Amino acid sequence: MERIGERLRNSTPPASVFIIFIVVWEVLVRALNIPRFLLPPPTAILNAFFDTSTVIFESAFYTLRSALIGFAVGCGAGIMVAFATARWVTIREGVMPLAIAVNSVPIIAFAPLMNSWFGSTNPLSKVAIVALITFFPTMINTVRGLTLVEPAKIELLHSYATSQLEVLLKARIPNALPYMFNAFKVCSTLSLIGAIVSEYFGGPRQSLGVYILQEAQLFRFTNAWAAIAIAALQGMGFYLIILLIERRLIPWHVSLER
Amino acid sequence: MAVVSITNVNKVFGSGNRPQTVALKDINLEIQPREFISLIGPSGCGKSTLLRTIGDLIPPSSGEVLVNGKPAHAARLNREYGMVFQSPVLFEWRTVLGNVELPLEIMRVPKPERTQRAREMLRLVELHGFERHYPWQLSGGMQQRVAIARALSFRPQLLLMDEPFGALDEITRERMNAELLRIWQETQTTVVFVTHSIPEAVFLSTRVVVMSARPGRITDIIEIDLGYPRTVETREMPRFFELVTQVREALRKGEDMRER
Repeated sequence: MERIGERLRNSTPPASVFIIFIVVWEVLVRALNIPRFLLPPPTAILNAFFDTSTVIFESAFYTLRSALIGFAVGCGAGIMVAFATARWVTIREGVMPLAIAVNSVPIIAFAPLMNSWFGSTNPLSKVAIVALITFFPTMINTVRGLTLVEPAKIELLHSYATSQLEVLLKARIPNALPYMFNAFKVCSTLSLIGAIVSEYFGGPRQSLGVYILQEAQLFRFTNAWAAIAIAALQGMGFYLIILLIERRLIPWHVSLER
Repeated sequence: MAVVSITNVNKVFGSGNRPQTVALKDINLEIQPREFISLIGPSGCGKSTLLRTIGDLIPPSSGEVLVNGKPAHAARLNREYGMVFQSPVLFEWRTVLGNVELPLEIMRVPKPERTQRAREMLRLVELHGFERHYPWQLSGGMQQRVAIARALSFRPQLLLMDEPFGALDEITRERMNAELLRIWQETQTTVVFVTHSIPEAVFLSTRVVVMSARPGRITDIIEIDLGYPRTVETREMPRFFELVTQVREALRKGEDMRER
């Protein structure tokens, strides 16, 4: 009971700020007579959402699917390559500087190329972009986590004649988990950005990016806003799920950060 | 048979055209079972390096290190010593109990036995009741006691300690000194202890090995004839002060030899 009370108390300030923000938005838009195409009031957005919910949900599902598959492929490959590079120093020395360089390339710029490679209505063109965007942060962070172990820990394990495999299991992997979760958190948002923006360059009609673009071009701005609101909810939901898994899996780290 | 036998050990760091540092020069030392040996000297005298050559964590450039009659390398593979560093080096993701169990886990001790032994060791260092705590919930002194429990958990006959209380405040350090002596007597281990505190070395040791820097070498070995058990009163005995002075003068003499 006490815990629930504490949670309520902790979530009260951000919840009130959010409500105040929405109310101020509503009041200002109406009081200042701001035209709808510039900024619709929250109630109008909510109405638009109810009117078009079927289309929005279908589009949101399609986009979320691309984002999740791309995330799984990108992060999975990132982790695998990281383990390989952490194991063999020569590979790491060759690959890491390159990876850090590639990581600073705006990968979203490849979206039109992916559309011509795979076809703009083929989900693969979006999945490929998302996978590319999430691969590098995951790989770089995992390599850091696996290699940046306190040297005294390695020396201690060495004093027990510990095998390389057990150094990996007992020191390197637990040390890497917080780094990996930081990458997953960044990648959860990146994956949705990647999916939606690459849809702006062409995609099936039932996708968030195409829907937002099309509604904006047809001056149905409130519909576009409603779709953006759903995208925002998806992003927050994805992030929160990773946060919860992190808390379950590495509670010691979460407590350290406090 | 000597627990540690060091014969003509030299260690030179750096190679090729980089400037070389002679970390250890012509070291000879025999340590008998149940001794408590302190290595004392100014920074850079190679006392930590010497400790690590005994533990086979740093190979000597020449000479021989035997532990329990075997080469140090074989002794390490055989897990014949426990190591305690200046920082506790606890694994943040493990509880206190999990940290003490770590070496036993690696040595494939079955779960019930390793839990029982870890609990026993935590009792020995007076940390029973803290099994489920995480390292960050403990004070520095308590963390270092966990590290000692971990080093003793697999009952090694030799304990290597590298300035284990260097980061603690004076009061905690003196209490830990008394604790360590009690543990040493209960467990009947041999201890090699690196320190740069003269009173700490005198209070703990059966013999104090005085070292000097550039090149790192042994300049004197002083027998501490204070008898055990040693208590707070020991620190106030005239003989204690005499021995502290003797070690201090030996350290200064070692430095003077270098100046000349």
